[in-house]
Formats: sequence, C-alpha cells, structure tokens
Amino acid sequence: MRVLMFGWEFPPHIAGGLGTACYGLTRGLAKHDVDVKFVVPRAYGDEDQRFIKVLNASEVETPYGEDFSESFWDKLTFIHINSNLIPYVSPEEFATYSSSERKVGEVSWRSVWKDKYTFSGKYGTNLMEEVARYAMVAAQVAKNLEGEFDVIHAHDWLTYYAGIAAKKISGKPLVVHMHATEFDRSGENVNQQVYDIERAGMAEADRVIAVSNLTRKIVIEKYGISPGKVLTVHNAVMFKATETKEDQRGLDDKIVTFLGRITYQKGPDYFVEAAAKVIKRVPNVRFVMAGSGDMMNHVIRRVAKLGIADRFHFTGFLKGDEVQRMFSLSDVYIMPSVSEPFGISPLEAMRSNVPVIISKQSGVAEVLKYAVKVNYWDVDAMADAIYGLITYPALSKMFKRKGQEEVDSLKWDNSAGKVAGIYRSLIPK
Amino acid sequence: MKTICLYFQVHQPFRLKKYRFFNMGKDHYYLDDFANRSIMKKVAERCYFPMNSLLLKLIRKHGKDFKVSFSISGMAIEQFREFAPEVLKSFKKLADTGNVEFLAETYSHSLSSLVDKDEFRDQVKRHVALIKEEFGQKPVTFRNTELIYSDEIGEMVADMGFKAMLAEGAKHILGWKSPDFVYANAINPRLKLLLRNFKLSDDIAFRFSDRGWDCWPLTVDKYVAWLANDEIPGEVINLFMDYETFGEHQWADTGIFDFFEHFPACALSTKKLEFGTPKEIIAKYQPVAVLHSPYPFSWADEERDITAWLGNELQDEAFRNIYSIRDKVKKLNDPDYNHVWDFLQTSDHFYYMATKWFSDGDVHSYFNPYDTPYEAFINYMNVFSDFSRELDIAMKESKKRKLAKPKAKSA
Repeated sequence: MRVLMFGWEFPPHIAGGLGTACYGLTRGLAKHDVDVKFVVPRAYGDEDQRFIKVLNASEVETPYGEDFSESFWDKLTFIHINSNLIPYVSPEEFATYSSSERKVGEVSWRSVWKDKYTFSGKYGTNLMEEVARYAMVAAQVAKNLEGEFDVIHAHDWLTYYAGIAAKKISGKPLVVHMHATEFDRSGENVNQQVYDIERAGMAEADRVIAVSNLTRKIVIEKYGISPGKVLTVHNAVMFKATETKEDQRGLDDKIVTFLGRITYQKGPDYFVEAAAKVIKRVPNVRFVMAGSGDMMNHVIRRVAKLGIADRFHFTGFLKGDEVQRMFSLSDVYIMPSVSEPFGISPLEAMRSNVPVIISKQSGVAEVLKYAVKVNYWDVDAMADAIYGLITYPALSKMFKRKGQEEVDSLKWDNSAGKVAGIYRSLIPK
Repeated sequence: MKTICLYFQVHQPFRLKKYRFFNMGKDHYYLDDFANRSIMKKVAERCYFPMNSLLLKLIRKHGKDFKVSFSISGMAIEQFREFAPEVLKSFKKLADTGNVEFLAETYSHSLSSLVDKDEFRDQVKRHVALIKEEFGQKPVTFRNTELIYSDEIGEMVADMGFKAMLAEGAKHILGWKSPDFVYANAINPRLKLLLRNFKLSDDIAFRFSDRGWDCWPLTVDKYVAWLANDEIPGEVINLFMDYETFGEHQWADTGIFDFFEHFPACALSTKKLEFGTPKEIIAKYQPVAVLHSPYPFSWADEERDITAWLGNELQDEAFRNIYSIRDKVKKLNDPDYNHVWDFLQTSDHFYYMATKWFSDGDVHSYFNPYDTPYEAFINYMNVFSDFSRELDIAMKESKKRKLAKPKAKSA
C-alpha cells in the first residue's frame, strides 16, 4: 500500500507535538507494509543533507533490509517543497520567520523539483497565501506521482487544501488527520478562515482521523461532520533509544513542572493558582513554568501578586536537551490544559519517571490509567494531587513504576495498524 | 550674590548575569563581570577621567572660588577598586584640593529608607566610613538614593547628625515656592534642605544636545545670564545631576566639556554668582520655610515619585523578598553574604522592572541590560531564590559549628 502524505514539520525541526506524532506514525506504518511519501513544506539546510541521502537511497530501490531503520527510510520518501508554512504563529511572528527563512531556503533549494517549479525565491509573507501555494504544489506533486500512491493523508488544517487538491487531481481517497481543532487553539474565539479550511478538508475527506474521542466529539458537534466517517486513533509515543543522563540536582526541594506553550489552551493560570495553595502548606516545594507564550507576562504578574515568586520559577523556552533535563529535575509534571486534543508531553514525563497530573479535558486522559486526572478549573483538586505526590513517597513510587509500564505499552505500531486498516477500507479491492 | 551648588552623583550598579533556573543550587556567582568591567572601563574613559581632570584644572585655575560636591555610591567605589583603581585615585586628587565636598548616601544605593530604618542607618554609617577611608573627610550632608525624600526620611537623617540633605525641587511639593532658597525639615527643622533647580539642572543634563529645544545651542553666556538674572529671586541655585552627564549621557562631541570648562570663569565674571558646597551654603543662609511632604518624592521621571522603583507587582514582590531576609543576613554576618545582600538592594534592579515605559522610556532603557521588565524580574528572583537558599544552609552550618564548639571544650 502506498500513501502520499502531507505534513508540515518533521523532526528534528519541530514546533510542537505534530512533527513527533507524524514521525512516530510513519515509522509505525513502515512496519505495516505501508509505503509513505511524505511531503514537507519546510526545508532546512541540515535536514536537507540528511534527506537527500535518503532520497538517493530510495532511488536505488533496495529491497527491505534486515535493519529496521534502513527499511523504514527506504519506504519513506521525502519530498521537500520550499514553502514557508509555519503552524500556530501570529502574522507578526510569521513575518520574522519568513525573512529568516529566505536565506536558508536559497541554500537548500536543491531538490529534484528545482527545474520543474519556478516559484523558488518568491516567498509569500501571508500564511493563507502559503496555504494556497502549498495546495498548488500538492496538485503538481499528485500529477507527477500519478499511479504511485493509493491513498492521500493530510495532517492538520494547513495541509488540507493540499490534500483536497491532490484528491481532485488523482481521484484517490483522502484521509485527513485532526491533531488539533481551531477550538483547542483559540478557545471560543475561533479564526473563521482556519475553521473554514478545517471544515472543508473534513467535508472533502473520505475518512477523518481524530487523535482522541474528545477531538472526535468536537469534530462531530462543532464542524457538523457525519459521525460515520470520523474515527479515533490515539497517538502513541516513541522514545530515543539513547537515554540522556540524569541531570544532577542542585536543589533538594520537590519540583513541580509545567512544560509547554504559555497560552490560554494550556491552562497556565490554573497551575499558578494551585501552586499558591501548595506553597502555603508545604515549605520545600518549587514550581517551574517552562516555555514561553502570549500569556507569560500575565502569569509572571500573577505570580508576583500572589507573593510566591521566590518559589515559582520561569525558564523561558527550553531547547533540545533542556527538556529532558527539566524532566529529570522534576518530581511532578502537570498538564492542566483547558483543551488538549491529545497531549504527548505527559507521556514523555512518565517515561522519565515523573508522575503526572493531567486535566480531564485532554485526549491523553482517555488512554492513561496511571495519571492523576483533574478538571482543569479545579485548582483545589490539583493542589491536593500535587500535595499527595510530593508528600507520600508510596504514591509517587507507584505512579512512577506503573507509569513506565503504561507508557511502554503505548506503541505507534498499534496506532499505525489502525490507520493502515482505515487505508485498506478505502482502497477498492 | 547667588551661590551655585554643583553636585554630581556617581553610581554604577553591580549587574547580574543571566541566571537561570538550572543554575539554582549549583552556581552561586551572580554577577556579570564582563558587563560590569566593560561598562566601568567605558564610562571611565568617556566621563570619569576627562571630567575629573577638567575639574582639577578648573580648581587649580580658580582656587577657592570654584567648588563642587560629589556623592559616590558604595557600589561604584567597590567597582572602582575592582576594575578601575585609577579613577578612584583621580577622585582622591580632587578631594585633596579641599574644594570638594563628599556627601553621604546609602552604601548600596538602596531604597532602604522606604522600608527598614535599621538597614538604612546601617548603610549610611557604612558609607560614611567608606568616604572617610577613601577621601579623608567625614560627610555632614546627606543625599538619599535618587534624591528620595519625605518628612520621615529627613527626620531619620537629622537624628543621625547630618546638618543638611538634598532633595528634588519638585513642583507638586513646592507649589508657588522657589527651589532657590534653603528650606528645613518639617519634623526636625535643624535639618536644612537644598532643593534641586530641575529646570536649570536639566538644561545641562537632558537638553544640552537636544536640537529640538528652542534654546539650543546652549552657550555659556546664555546659561550664565539665566543664572545671574536679577529678576528671579533666590539665594542658591542647586544644580544636581548625574556625573555621567559629562561624556556619557552628553557625548564629548556635543561640546559639553568645552561648555563646562568656560562655565566657572563666565559665572564668576558676572560678580553676581559664586560657587559653594552644601555645608558652606547652610552655614551662610537661613531656611526661609519648612518643607512638608508626608509622602516620599524623588528626582526621577515626570512624576517625581518613587514609581520608577516600586509600585508594580513585580517590583513590590522583589522588594518584599529582599528585605524579608535581612535578619538572617545580619545574624550570619559573613562578608560574602553581606556583599550579595548589598548589591541585590541596589535600586537599579527595581528600576529595570518598571513597566511604565510611556513618557520616560528613554531614560529607563539607558544602561538597562534587560529587554523586558519581566526578564529583569525573573532573573532577579532566580538569583534571590538561590541566595536565600544558600543563606539558610549557611545559617544551619554556623549553628552546628556553634553547638559543636562547647562540646569540644568540655571533652
């Protein structure tokens, strides 16, 4: 089975959990005999080198090797399109991104598409323009690869037009994957344009994959998509084989961590209020908010106002290893999201032996047993849970041990198997 | 005859390095040595060296007719010792002429006068001792950090034996009254007050190079004519400004040094103006009235209040925290810890956290190492949290040692 997949990011260059999820999914699909051609809009210098190598390897069309990772790369062909698609950014941020991109783009524009397309060098500064441009390119890709794929799979709204275009050209079935909805991103103040694209993509699609039942419900209720074609496939988690060394602790206090974008969706406010309650009772605890976002200044002021700034710390945005470092310093991890379609970071925390507290309003709550689940607004329950986990070693020990086991059982193989099943159901026999 | 009182403030804060959460518990060195050294060297070259030698030259030329006064914060002196001992020597040379009065202030250039009487007294005593040690004179005039003054602060200062104190000639305090007379503290009238003539001071400090100003360019003749104007009543003209005005805020190429070089001769030639230091002025003139101000005011910003340092959540929280550990620091009394406690109190840290950027953003961003007040707050609190933790550990250890000693004796 062959799939033409449209995404917008792929490790190592990722802005959020989506790239990681795509990576895990494609790896899982390789095990289920699915051939994936992955189209990414962004090209970085370093990524390019690596993938050109991969491209060359796949041109040779070596039969599946014994080595797993090699066979994985064989089946996965990357197609880079030099576009400026960046998810979740404001127009201002986008402008700075696109200008910094310009230089990188020129250097890395060495893909096989060079001679066929003439839009190189002209970069739109408008995100919607980019979405449209990506769709045009997608149509061309679908044409060029005619007969080389059986199903089209598009990840999140930025690629939906691309998916629709490819479907129109090729007549192949389209699967769209809802990793997040506009309601998760913006609360009730949805961006109408984005909503419309999401809705159009799902309407045109033959199947819609939702990352959780929570997301499925939103898709059905708020987008009016027929329940029959919306299926839930939970995300899984995949870890690097090489574990980073534990960071040596400098502080003997218990550390409770929030890690993620500091935006409305992630519920940072509730974390602060719960922190204030705990700090009043327990002397040896510190709270850390790692990340950045549009609510950061507001949160800093609130922390100052509550008079807990000596025990509540901000790290700013964490890069690469620092995330792992932060986990290794943590005693409790909290994800108090107001709305989280799935939420992979608690799984990463559990994997690092950190007990987690998650909101009931997160998709990941549907698959986890060994996590404390609270309503995001219930700061008393959150404070209780924090207190319990830092005060009673037996409790945290249990969560650590069982959490590890639980996370290890959440394999992409299983999720990919479900996705492959969906593909199969769409291909006429 | 009006007496001109030239007073210059010299201060450099110890800037903190980028101190992250990950440093906590492991790294207990908080200062940005590179920034502190390079800024000190730069300012020394642009301002301290050329201006000190110019003042020396003017004093030699005019003898006892030309006088100036200085206040140099303890933080600045510590950094002179560390990074620019030659600057300190050149200030000593000025002190040796006998034409320069050195004032007392808080050692750390702190806001302690607003919160903690004991700490305030402590710091003033330490600063007096420092000035005596460095320049061989015991200050009798006091200037508070950023010229912050209230009736109560004045009373504390009078209690400590000072005869005079500087303050801002703030419009909202003075009303119709002129800053060009000597005033007295409302609670203890024996403390005389010299009020800054902000108009004439800022003509040099802020407007000198402002080409949009209708009086630009400011010539010595023009300026001296304003000072000597018979129609404006007054006995003293207090020109108080940051010393860094010369060469640093107003660069050499604006002509600020040439202006100042010719200013004393021109002023003296009118026969209507003389120069004096604060202690000479209070000996010569009687106060015309008492000055009432139950609330503190300063020389900063349009408002002349203390909101540049305190008032928003960030500043108040940081301020509350730093003074909450005073007792521990004093009890431990370890030189390393005292030093950190000193430089964390410096008013500049709170200034960096100011969020009222609207009218005074330019002055606020000057020398500000942070992009946003939030960053300044986070960094300060990270340093504070680690320091506070270290302090607790050190306290425990010293207690253990004290307990262990008698045991050893009895054994």
